[in-house]
Amino acid sequence: MGINKFTKHQMSKDDTKKTVFSDSIDEYFIGVYTAYKFVIRFFKEVFVPPFHIRAIITQSYEIGIKSLALISVTGFIIGIVFTKQSRPSLEDFGAASWLPNLVGIAIIRALGPVLTALICAGKVGSSIGAELSSMKVTEQIEAMEVSAINPFKYLVVTRVIAATIMVPLLALYCIFIGLMGSFINVHAAETTSFTTFFKDAFSSITFVDLFAATAKATVYGFTIGIIGCYKGFNATKGTHGVGKAANEAVVLAMFLVFLEEVIIVQVSNWLRYF
Amino acid sequence: MQKSKCKPDKNKGEPVISIQGLYKSFGTLDVLKGIDLIVCEGENVAVLGKSGSGKSVLIKIIVGLLKPDKGTLNVLEKEVEELNGKELDELRLRIGFSFQGSALYDSMSVFENLAFPLTMNVKHLTKKEVESAVEEALEAVGLKDKAERMPAELSGGQRKRIGIARALILKPEIMLYDEPTAGLDPITSAEINELINEVQEKYNTSSIIITHDLTCAKNTCNRVVMLVEGKFLPSGKFEELFGTDNQQVKDFFNYNFIQ
Repeated sequence: MGINKFTKHQMSKDDTKKTVFSDSIDEYFIGVYTAYKFVIRFFKEVFVPPFHIRAIITQSYEIGIKSLALISVTGFIIGIVFTKQSRPSLEDFGAASWLPNLVGIAIIRALGPVLTALICAGKVGSSIGAELSSMKVTEQIEAMEVSAINPFKYLVVTRVIAATIMVPLLALYCIFIGLMGSFINVHAAETTSFTTFFKDAFSSITFVDLFAATAKATVYGFTIGIIGCYKGFNATKGTHGVGKAANEAVVLAMFLVFLEEVIIVQVSNWLRYF
Repeated sequence: MQKSKCKPDKNKGEPVISIQGLYKSFGTLDVLKGIDLIVCEGENVAVLGKSGSGKSVLIKIIVGLLKPDKGTLNVLEKEVEELNGKELDELRLRIGFSFQGSALYDSMSVFENLAFPLTMNVKHLTKKEVESAVEEALEAVGLKDKAERMPAELSGGQRKRIGIARALILKPEIMLYDEPTAGLDPITSAEINELINEVQEKYNTSSIIITHDLTCAKNTCNRVVMLVEGKFLPSGKFEELFGTDNQQVKDFFNYNFIQ
């Protein structure tokens, strides 16, 4: 046996905590760096077996199927309300017949994906954050490690993949349900047929719109999954940490969804003109 | 009494855990200050000490959950610091770890908790083989009828037993127990102590038992070491330590029995 094999980790009393700016600013930058490393680790591990397909299917069920009811109700109500609120303004200009077109653009380009992402950030993000943080503080994650199971791969990679797959599917479903809500309102007021409504709703929609809607919902899904996992996986301070992780997972995921929305809209507008 | 090294006992085999000059700090807090310990094959060693003295840190270092700052650590003839991820996982399969809070997976039933490490680590097992291994482990801890229960439906003692069964499912050569009797009533504690002895006999494991429960140390261990201020005091059999003149040991023993 050699002596002092662990010298690279050696720490002495001189290594007291030093701040560069202030405690809170340093903590912020350390947090950003830790999150960056977490994302990089995800991409390093996602393509390496084992792939835990069964766990991905279970998580997809938890994230996707169990969110269907909430997405259905919310999407349907948004479709009806948006149509009702838009009608008077269009009628003032004698353009009520443009209602399906307007609703189609609004729901497909913006409302569907963003609404789905916000619902999932609240429901899925908090659930992942709370579950993983509770596993962390009760040593369940360490129990996996000592059983030679990679907890990052089993808990994080599976959940992020499931969220990245399910959120765009939920967004497409939300778009359909929102348009159905709008159709019911339009049909009740003007007896417009189902075919005519959907033909009008999609008249201004291009492939770029559908692609952008799906692509941004995919980005939102990844964001919600990775933020929930990051906050949960790095939770500390017992049960207080569990609540904090769940809360921060929701707030940060929602903030990033809005930020990404702005960026993706700019990019998709730029693509539309080419 | 002798220093923290295994006796050349005829009944005990080769060293399975060998620690030399181990240091561990968290920030400015020095937890372990150069400890030496040797655990031999078939030996049960109790590590006594106050809460926060670094006992749990020690076994977390042994299993690779924490990295020491300095020192050497040899477990089952492997230099832990030189192992890569895969090799460390292979070593971990030979070590069973029973957590203080049991650390059962909340979302899984007792059966799934036990089957999980098995199905994740042993390829091509049939459903019947998994069932039979789980049944054997549950039988070893006397909870065969609890397979379908969820962890939340179990008592503290039952959770500890299931935690031990989960650690046993991969037939480890070393068992590390972190406060196995903490928070349990005296009767359940006695049952857990008995279980630790049964496990040692049946599976021929070597164990480190982290505890501040003297009854547990007395009834389960061949040797007792005491961790005080980051260092081991001289070790020995329970009776030897009980009769020592060392004031720190005497204080610890007196507090446990008198208070």
